Amino acid sequence: MLLRHTTKEVKEREGLTINPAKTCQPIGAMYAALGIHGCLPHSHGSQGCCSYHRSTLTRHYKEPVMAATSSFTEGASVFGGQANLLTAIETIFSVYNPDIIAVHSTCLSETIGDDLQQITKKAKDDGKIPEGKHIIYASTPSFVGSHVTGYANMVAGIADQFAVSTGEKKNQINIIAGWMEPSDMREIKRLSTELGVKIVLFPDTSDVLDAPQTGKHEFYPKGGTTVEELKSIGDSTHSLALGCISAEPAAIALEKRCKVPFETLDMPIGISATDRFIMALSQAAGVTVPDEITADRGRLVDIIADMEQYFFGKKVALFGDPDQLIPLTEFLLDLNMKPVHIVSGTPGQRFEKRMKEILVRAPYANFKNGLGADMFLLHQWIKNEPVDLLIGNTYGKYIARDEDIPFIRYGFPIIDRIGHSYFPSVGYTGGMRLVEKILGALMDRQDRDALEEKFELVM
Amino acid sequence: MEQIGILEGREKQIFEKKSGQNQEIDLSCDTTSLSGSVSQRACVFCGSRVVLYPVADAIHLVHGPIGCAAYTWDIRGAVSSGPELHRLSFSTDLKELDVIYGGEKKLYHSLIELIEQYKPKAAFIYSTCIVGLIGDDIDAVCRKVAEETGIPVLPVHSEGFKGTKKDGYKAACSSLMKLIGTGSTETISKYSINILGEFNLAGEAWIIREYYEKMGIEVVSTLTGDGRIDAVRRAHGASLNVVQCSGSMTSLAKDMEEKYGIPFIRVSYFGIEDMSKSLYDVAKYFSDRPDIMEKAKEIVSEEVKKLYPELQKFRKALTGKKAAIYVGGAFKTFSLIKALRSIGMSVVLAGSQTGNTEDYARLQEMCDEGTVIVDDSNPVELSKFILEKEADLLIGGVKERPIAFKLGVAFCDHNHERKIPLAGFIGMYNFALEVYQSVMSPVWQFAPRKGGNA
Repeated sequence: MLLRHTTKEVKEREGLTINPAKTCQPIGAMYAALGIHGCLPHSHGSQGCCSYHRSTLTRHYKEPVMAATSSFTEGASVFGGQANLLTAIETIFSVYNPDIIAVHSTCLSETIGDDLQQITKKAKDDGKIPEGKHIIYASTPSFVGSHVTGYANMVAGIADQFAVSTGEKKNQINIIAGWMEPSDMREIKRLSTELGVKIVLFPDTSDVLDAPQTGKHEFYPKGGTTVEELKSIGDSTHSLALGCISAEPAAIALEKRCKVPFETLDMPIGISATDRFIMALSQAAGVTVPDEITADRGRLVDIIADMEQYFFGKKVALFGDPDQLIPLTEFLLDLNMKPVHIVSGTPGQRFEKRMKEILVRAPYANFKNGLGADMFLLHQWIKNEPVDLLIGNTYGKYIARDEDIPFIRYGFPIIDRIGHSYFPSVGYTGGMRLVEKILGALMDRQDRDALEEKFELVM
Repeated sequence: MEQIGILEGREKQIFEKKSGQNQEIDLSCDTTSLSGSVSQRACVFCGSRVVLYPVADAIHLVHGPIGCAAYTWDIRGAVSSGPELHRLSFSTDLKELDVIYGGEKKLYHSLIELIEQYKPKAAFIYSTCIVGLIGDDIDAVCRKVAEETGIPVLPVHSEGFKGTKKDGYKAACSSLMKLIGTGSTETISKYSINILGEFNLAGEAWIIREYYEKMGIEVVSTLTGDGRIDAVRRAHGASLNVVQCSGSMTSLAKDMEEKYGIPFIRVSYFGIEDMSKSLYDVAKYFSDRPDIMEKAKEIVSEEVKKLYPELQKFRKALTGKKAAIYVGGAFKTFSLIKALRSIGMSVVLAGSQTGNTEDYARLQEMCDEGTVIVDDSNPVELSKFILEKEADLLIGGVKERPIAFKLGVAFCDHNHERKIPLAGFIGMYNFALEVYQSVMSPVWQFAPRKGGNA
């Protein structure tokens, strides 16, 4: 009973966080930057930040994760980190030779007042950026928001600092990926191809963080949105932002800069959200939905109908990041399940508002995000109202074990199982995977607990 | 990216042992990494966290934004036989307003709430980068809370940017020094030791402790594996400090020597040779009790008798295979070289994140000709040397593992993500088994290897 100290009684806490349901901004910025081809993320802060982010991403993906650091010292934090960053830029281009450096700040560099816009401009003015190479930045103070905010800020930085409006529209649609897995990004591209729509997806970590074994360590794997594609997003006819927290800021930046109209959608997880995505994409592109996609949808509906009795009324606790939790909660409701406890460490009114819209169908649900919304609170809620299923990242395994609850790993980070980077959870096929996992967990439990005479062969 | 060479300014941290030359090794270690390098190193906070983390009946509160607590939440397999407070994650989760107005109040309330909730034996408060900048007086808060709650509340000055990981070790050691000397030493035997620098990963401290106890020696405390505050408090009652992992705890051993007159010896528990030596060295110290040495010899001969035939099987398969080592401390590298030799493998690359000048001089002595020695390396260099030197195995930590596998090279985690004990005689068996299992894995027959050419 690792969590034996968790009390049932919920008390207000003054700021203390116990077992967080989030982490800090820079890791999100690093993940987003890995979705640009030939990009080396750069952490402007102490060495530890970069090391921790790389280790965490490596544990989640079991892939090499490359990123550089300004390696702050005491001197830098007194006199400012400009000198460190300028040295770093020179070193990186001369040694690691990326096409792009994507710099993000940390709590340290933000607090001492380093201005990334000014420093990167100085680097450009001083001729430290070789011909044809690029540097972009995002401000990602760790004391604001969460890792999701950091992702959103970097994606907005990508849109804002690459997009060019030539005045000539291209027949293509931008799809701005919220924080999702490489497998999900691959699936979004597949669906777009099936629809016959030309898209630019960014960022795109497929073929970066799900790379095959080749006998080589590719410092810059083949995947990622290219600079050419990123420049062209200013000429696209529309943008679809998949996620109101992690993707919308980039769509807004792009609308401001290049007047590309956008629509914000929930991440296409589950039937309803995928329906909206397919509808929006086909309408924006003026295409009809091909039979193959309709058939995928039909298969998902068929499975749900077949197994409907096993979902009914099952209580679920879930935790994680806003853009997954919103459509996932909706999907659980569509499955006739009961999402009773929902926790996210990520703050934000936009998130709360959208969640409340979804939760109109579940007035019984406990939902908390931001300050005080941690795994300790979730555990307390579960003690007060037990659940049949827990969904969330690896850190849910303590609660699952102590309370003996079936547990599905979903979200970030997953550091004790594989699959998330290879099998999508978006789209109708992603929905099928989720349904399979949910049923597997529930039915295994039913089998485990069944009395011998009730132990069923046919289910 | 074949044209990637050695990082400019890195030449002084790389050395290749050549034949027939009387080379002076002069690696500039002890420096912070070059700005802009893809370093595998961490920060001061990381160093402190590593050392204190295994103290299982204390709370470990990270004072700073959420990341530092989140990334260090239960990622080290430092096992406890009882309480497990160390496996939880506590943070003051500092926000913008705290950065502006200071986080002392939040720290105070968080501590009070935590101590009330968890009733720990002590509390460690880690300061992170921005705490060093905004100037919170964490010492004052700790004093106040200690007075109010009656338990030791110890500040750890581990601001990430104030040095290297080694400075973090020191900061942790000075917190421990404040605890040591506050407990009763009444019943402690003259034939007693503390085990320093052993963090009980996968239960390793238990194995080591058992050997010493079998020899008739009392182990007063393990610092900090399976650590308990009460044991730390009475550590000054031991006659000898036995220090493993040169980097992390030597400073504590030196402080204890100065303050309490306790001498220390450096040991390693990896490999038959070093493991045996660490038992003999302790026995030698208690030379007025020959039975201790007798017992040590008995343990060694008994264990080796069991182990030797087993190792021969691995040796047969592994002879001629080449290894690359890139680990945290240099001391571990020495043991690994010897351990690998005992199963027929040679070392073609040896490096560490935190070795010092002496360490590297000794490494040079130990290594075969042609071996590359690196300090604070990066993935490009590692990949380059692994391919050039045709290594069959990489020994490293979490960030190195996938690089090895992409290259089609076997891997052994000798860092905190090891799943089985690698220390002690049984640890040598486990190590050989793990190396064997990875080097001889059938997966390699399907995988393009070593740059895609083999």
